[in-house]
Amino acid sequence: MNFSVIQSQFPSLLLQGLALGLIYALVSLGYTMVYGVLRLINFANSEVFMIGTFATLYLQTNIMGYTNMSQPIHGAKLWFTMIASLLASMIVAAIIAVLVEVVAYRRLRAKGANRLASLISAIGVSIVLLEGMSIITGAQPRSAPRLLEKWSFGEIAGANFRIDTMMAIVIPIIIFVFLNRFVTKTRLGKSIRAVSMSEENSKLMGININRVITYTFLIGGLTTGAAAFLFMTVYENTVFFIGFNMGIAAFTAAVLGGIGNLRGAFYGGIALGLMEQFASAVIGSAWKAVTVFVVLVVVLLFKPNGLFGEAVQQTRT
Amino acid sequence: MSKLMNFNLRDAGAGIWAGWNRPTRTVFVVAFVVLVGLLPFAPSWGPTSFLNTPIASYIDVLVFPVGMFVLMALGLNIVVGKSGLLDLGYVAFFAIGAYSQALLSTLLGWNTWEILPVGIALAMVSGVILGLPALRLRGDYLAIITLGFGEIVRILAINIRGTGGPNGIPGIPNPPSVLGIKFGLMDSNNFFWLVLFMIILVVWMIRRFTVRRPGRAWEAIRQDEDVAELMGVKTLVYKLWSFVIGAAVGGAAGVIYASKVMVISPDMFKFELSILILACVVFGGIGNIWGVILGASILAYIPERIRFLTDARQLVFGLVLIIMMNLRPDGLLPRKKREKIEAKRTI
Repeated sequence: MNFSVIQSQFPSLLLQGLALGLIYALVSLGYTMVYGVLRLINFANSEVFMIGTFATLYLQTNIMGYTNMSQPIHGAKLWFTMIASLLASMIVAAIIAVLVEVVAYRRLRAKGANRLASLISAIGVSIVLLEGMSIITGAQPRSAPRLLEKWSFGEIAGANFRIDTMMAIVIPIIIFVFLNRFVTKTRLGKSIRAVSMSEENSKLMGININRVITYTFLIGGLTTGAAAFLFMTVYENTVFFIGFNMGIAAFTAAVLGGIGNLRGAFYGGIALGLMEQFASAVIGSAWKAVTVFVVLVVVLLFKPNGLFGEAVQQTRT
Repeated sequence: MSKLMNFNLRDAGAGIWAGWNRPTRTVFVVAFVVLVGLLPFAPSWGPTSFLNTPIASYIDVLVFPVGMFVLMALGLNIVVGKSGLLDLGYVAFFAIGAYSQALLSTLLGWNTWEILPVGIALAMVSGVILGLPALRLRGDYLAIITLGFGEIVRILAINIRGTGGPNGIPGIPNPPSVLGIKFGLMDSNNFFWLVLFMIILVVWMIRRFTVRRPGRAWEAIRQDEDVAELMGVKTLVYKLWSFVIGAAVGGAAGVIYASKVMVISPDMFKFELSILILACVVFGGIGNIWGVILGASILAYIPERIRFLTDARQLVFGLVLIIMMNLRPDGLLPRKKREKIEAKRTI
């Protein structure tokens, strides 16, 4: 136990926690949106994240030809590379997410199978993606070229406002603002919310359920892909099993905030990121997962639907 | 084709079983158990030699993973199948059993048979500690809490002093002989028969529970928890019981496993194992003992049988999961149709 760390490093931990938490928040959208419409844990989302990180990596190394020796680039070239990587990661992740829906969920849903059957088939897809990537990469961890020079905007009380940290904070917030407008204002967004309230009734209102579900997976994939790009920019390395820890953290964040709604994912992600940073600083990084789960249990005991969950949260028929 | 898909082997089997009288049933059960008991000799007999696993030692495969998976899947089936609670951290109880065997035998010098009840008791106590707060929650919240518990047990095993950290605990003694049956390094056959005996015991226990008050209470809870509560079923108490009994089976499996492999490390008790056991339950047919046994045997055996594929074997395993779940969403041997309609609502 080392509480003095909190005093001495508070601003720095806050900033790091925020950056990590917002990456979690983006990934947890992949869980929470799917959970909203299907009431199912999308187990393969962790692998969607993993493939997103490799999409960024392969675009930069195999297609654009940068190596680990490459010097940081500047100007228009940097903008182009960053935006291309972000888009590539988002698009590839979205394609994989939609594939997951088609392979793991669609047929089972048409048959009216029970929820655990879909869970297991999603786990099957997850194993296939994981092992496939393990074979392709030879199970070796890969590091990404450092194309973005990590200059700092400045330092306030020990908190280093580095460019990559700021990106990991600003980009998720933009995405959340955008997504929030999307689900409240557009027709598709409204139908997603309608399906998450009642599948039967939305069917009666003429909403094409399958289309809505596919788009939900697509959006979840896009945000997870964006998170994968940010992760690669900040941490600069990936390996085929990287999705596992990220998946558990993001799912925990979704539950902590109240699974099934956007605000829950946002605040749950931030809360989890801050908790992990402070817990690893105070009692050591080995215990951070324990702290997180103990806090989760306590939160759920007092607020069984998470911090921002709806009041009615029963397993739906 | 669709007729084949809808063919329910379990119902057909149950029909035949119901038509038999008591002596016929006894003869059948004894013959079946003897047949399974002869499995260790399968590779040396021509027609069944295809069962032999090319790289892993066949008889060791029969004990772990096959026997252990069946045992754990039966335990998890009490929680997931009978009372409809999604538990994603079942491996924790297995780990607690294994670590009690490892610590008590290396530190205090107890033997396996003395530790077995202690290991079971410890698993049950931890089941209560986890269950009391967690079972007030429903559905997927319960899933994440149990998942967290499984991870916490593993992290504790890595980080607290005295459990050997990430390297684990070596030098766990084998169980001493009982009635002249030895359980040494070379006596894998005896281990297999021991596990088989435990499986039979667990099956018997579950069948007894199912027809008595706890079984009926679990069934009611699985179908509709609110209605069960209104009808006067003490839902929290019976959910806790199903959790604790499931934990006991996992703990017993852990004790025997640790004394068989002699070295344990936190790596053996990862989240993947919980998921695999859950896959066994769903793959075989949630809630149906025979389905679960079949599912666990197949899912434990396949990765060992196709070990010659090296890197691709887990890939093939994943494909098998996807294809089978798509073809038979209710598992290989689903539970009775009457119960199935209800199962859709709750699980």
